[in-house]
Amino acid sequence: MGSYLTAFLVGGLFCLIGQLLFDLTPFTPGHILSGFVVAGGILGGLGLYDRLIRFAGAGANLPISSFGNALVKGAMNEAAHKGIIGVLTGMFELTSTGVTAAIVFAFFAALIFEPRG
Amino acid sequence: MAAVPDELKVTAEEYRRMVGREKPPPPLLQNALKAFFSGGTICLLGQVIQNIYIAFGFSPEDASNPTVVTVIFFAALFTGLGLFDRLALFAGAGTAVPVTGFSNSLTAAALEFKKEGAVLGIGARIFSLAGSVLLFGVVTAFVVGLISALF
Repeated sequence: MGSYLTAFLVGGLFCLIGQLLFDLTPFTPGHILSGFVVAGGILGGLGLYDRLIRFAGAGANLPISSFGNALVKGAMNEAAHKGIIGVLTGMFELTSTGVTAAIVFAFFAALIFEPRG
Repeated sequence: MAAVPDELKVTAEEYRRMVGREKPPPPLLQNALKAFFSGGTICLLGQVIQNIYIAFGFSPEDASNPTVVTVIFFAALFTGLGLFDRLALFAGAGTAVPVTGFSNSLTAAALEFKKEGAVLGIGARIFSLAGSVLLFGVVTAFVVGLISALF
């Protein structure tokens, strides 16, 4: 499931590509991160992203492209069992952990802390 | 306010071009290396966290869930403490591309609109930055999932 070295190198490479896109294209970070998710989803549909996760572990799991992959995998796995309706029921099967955690932590952080600047 | 003579008036488009001309080009290599090392370090720490969960009995596949939650937690905490922006200033895409950026965008939006209230501020605006990641992720997964279900 990936070593420390491959996690560092692959994770770093994702961020390096992101930074080059930030600096070299007129797109906003919002555009580019959305692009990462779409790319991760397409690679996931082709079965390639899981191979990258096996190679790099957290180095492929933590970049946001992994979110696209996990959405696609959830939808595809459920669709394989339940047909087309599974695309809808399985959509957040694998990503609900991250989405729920991010919403809950963000909400409580906003209650506890005050904005600065 | 005094009237602005016509020759000094610029359209929004002209203004953007003028600003673009004056802006120094970003230090490409330096930014790329900073993003590489900071993003790599976040993923390395993520791998350390994941191995700790595996040591506590999670299977390697299942360990990625609590790992992501832990990373999201610290990103939200650092955002609340005002430390995240300082890290992001150095790291650029190094903190934006990992799930830390997703967590930061939710927390930062929630904090920024807190003054407009829990419902119309936090509730309505929390996804103002992360929304497009969710939208395009879900639409992509819907199309890919549909194709895989039909063929």
